[in-house]
Amino acid sequence: MSKLRVVHYLNQFFGQIGGEDKADTAPLKKDGVVGPGMALNGAFKGEAEIVGTVICGDSHFAENMDADLSQIIGFIKEYKPDLVVAGPAFNAGRYGTACGAVAEAVQAQLGIPAVTGMYVENPGTDMYKKAVYIVSTPDSAVGMRDAVPKMAALALKLAKNQSVTPEEDHYISRGIRKNFFAEEIGARRAVDMLVAKLAGKPFTTELPMPAFDRVPPNPAIKDITKATIALVTSGGIVPKGNPDHIESSSASKYGKYSLAGVTDLTAETHATAHGGYDPVYANEDADRVLPVDVMRDLEKEGKIGKLHEFWYATVGNGTAVASAAKFGRSIAEDLKAAGVHAVIVTST
Amino acid sequence: MRLTLGKITIKGLDFGSATRVENGKLFVNKEELVALIREDSRVASAEVFLARPGESVRIVPVKDVIEPRVKVEGPGNIFPGFIGKLDPVGSGRTHVLQGAAVVTTGKIVGFQEGIIDMTGPGAQFTPFSQTFNVVVKVEPVAGLHQHDHENVVRMAGFKAAAYIGEAGRNTAPDTEEVYEWPSLAEAMTKHPGLPKVAYVYMLQTQGLLHDTYVYGVDAKRIIPTLISPTEVFDGAIVSGNCVSACDKNPTYVHLNQPIITELFKRHGKDYNFVGVIITNENVTLADKERSSNYTSRLAEMLGVDAAIVSEEGFGNPDADLVMNCRKLEQKGIKTVLVTDEYAGRDGSSQSLADTTPEANAVITAGNANETIVLPKLDTLIGHIDVVDVIAGGFSGSLRPDGTIEVEIQALTGATSEVGFIKLTAKGM
Repeated sequence: MSKLRVVHYLNQFFGQIGGEDKADTAPLKKDGVVGPGMALNGAFKGEAEIVGTVICGDSHFAENMDADLSQIIGFIKEYKPDLVVAGPAFNAGRYGTACGAVAEAVQAQLGIPAVTGMYVENPGTDMYKKAVYIVSTPDSAVGMRDAVPKMAALALKLAKNQSVTPEEDHYISRGIRKNFFAEEIGARRAVDMLVAKLAGKPFTTELPMPAFDRVPPNPAIKDITKATIALVTSGGIVPKGNPDHIESSSASKYGKYSLAGVTDLTAETHATAHGGYDPVYANEDADRVLPVDVMRDLEKEGKIGKLHEFWYATVGNGTAVASAAKFGRSIAEDLKAAGVHAVIVTST
Repeated sequence: MRLTLGKITIKGLDFGSATRVENGKLFVNKEELVALIREDSRVASAEVFLARPGESVRIVPVKDVIEPRVKVEGPGNIFPGFIGKLDPVGSGRTHVLQGAAVVTTGKIVGFQEGIIDMTGPGAQFTPFSQTFNVVVKVEPVAGLHQHDHENVVRMAGFKAAAYIGEAGRNTAPDTEEVYEWPSLAEAMTKHPGLPKVAYVYMLQTQGLLHDTYVYGVDAKRIIPTLISPTEVFDGAIVSGNCVSACDKNPTYVHLNQPIITELFKRHGKDYNFVGVIITNENVTLADKERSSNYTSRLAEMLGVDAAIVSEEGFGNPDADLVMNCRKLEQKGIKTVLVTDEYAGRDGSSQSLADTTPEANAVITAGNANETIVLPKLDTLIGHIDVVDVIAGGFSGSLRPDGTIEVEIQALTGATSEVGFIKLTAKGM
């Protein structure tokens, strides 16, 4: 088998152009290895070979990210590589961010694997750990000898399409949950963990608790009697027949529906698509979840400016937070463009 | 309290002229069973099918799975509050047709029922691909309210399981298990020096197809209380619940409660297992606060050092799980939680809807959003057209070639949060 072709990405310092005074160096390419590429090449043990090195100054990249990224990807592509290695960046923040961005773009645009390496507290780690494989490295270049063999081994595995795990392959967990069958049933594992926890012995939780986003509330509306207010629900209220086929669980979309001329939701006109709660009462009178009737009353009484002419609905049941956040962003943009001042979000 | 479970291993299943067990083979009199189910005037039609492990059979939409059992000695009968009298159960002798199950199906009640495949890739995700299934398909009379429809099918399942269970009354069991549950006074003085542990058994109670019953009482109307494990083995807790069927406990799983069974195995060696606390998962905040307060209060009154807490369901009940965990840990009671995950089809989203730093010992039964492609199978029992709308399905789930792409949340018992199965997940 011929050797895999590798392109190595470096900053101006490791690319041997210069220190901080050369950080404004524009992207450039050099055939073959540069600096730490030598050690990397050795670590491939003949299975792969660095055919080219692409270098960019840290400041230049930070200030011209889009343009530089497209130029860097162009240079990389010219070498027809099978995989790309970026860094390691250790604890250098701008370099780490650049390595993450280059690796992500390589995967997305060239469809080949990319590996980088960083210290766990490098800001690039949090930004890119979900998108790319980042080998966990010490915080300074003293750790080069530790980092390079791990990065080379992981890169080779990915190029060969072999399965990898954070524990065996030393990369920072991407937080991607993957199912597998354990040796013992869950009940047995629970009792084992209980005994370990009671005895003060070490145990490893199977699900580290997620860190949640907190969204600060906007300032209060100054004059609610002039405000346009929209209704948004994750309680699944849709026109009867569910025209957009929103899923009863794990929704992949949301719907936007007109309230023009609608003063009351009835069992004949509206229903819930939600599979996660007792739908009987919502189907009898969908205003119980999406309070159009009350909003129309408030509108008539002059207590609010007006009810926005569309409502937005999705199903919150078993829907991934990533999907929900995506729907939320898109709905918010739409509402903002329509000049809506405030939103009432109802669940189930 | 002392309960002997006599287990009769079922190794075959067929229709026969009399419902009986012969050399480990269960025979079912179809006409008698159909007539029994049709005694309910709300039943328009009842059919019975058989599905054996390895057969090319798909059952959908599945509402409940129930193990046939019969009370042979001691007070009461199986499924008290639903069948027969309301005498307390949990002592004496009960015979179990181990390896057999009643599966209920019929037209969809909500969107929430499950799928059982007896062969192929789906079979490894549902424990009920391994049981000899007597499938009862029940259709209600027209115009029946959804809550009544659910009740009709649920009752049909219990009646069928009790009827088939009778076949084990005079059959000699292959194995016997004896469970002792002492009085509290006795339990407290037993096994001095060992830490005391309890099990917090959370029951799904969110409404239609989300309900669980204890001695016939809708569990959303209880405040947390104690129950004897032997009562659980005798059917004091039953399911009315198959929403996102992967992580709901069918009656079968309550009867074979895996966490209670596992806790018994190391009882008296590594700890003193002194209590089972049942609690609910109601939808209002006040109910959640009340139930979690009282759960931790009961654990405190029992004086336990640690507890396993299992969830049933996801999303809204994640809040109950987290409240139970936090309040127990704040009282110095160590917890291990059992849950599953909804991390998105690609596994990259956060897994739970609520979180707390005290939850540092968690068992996961896997990511229910992962998708699976199920091949076309030869025989279908039930209604295949519901696959697009059941929880875990989506528009286009049922493909023109008869294969199905669904999230594993549609497979009955796939991510059991009482740890009945081996599926789990890890971060990659």
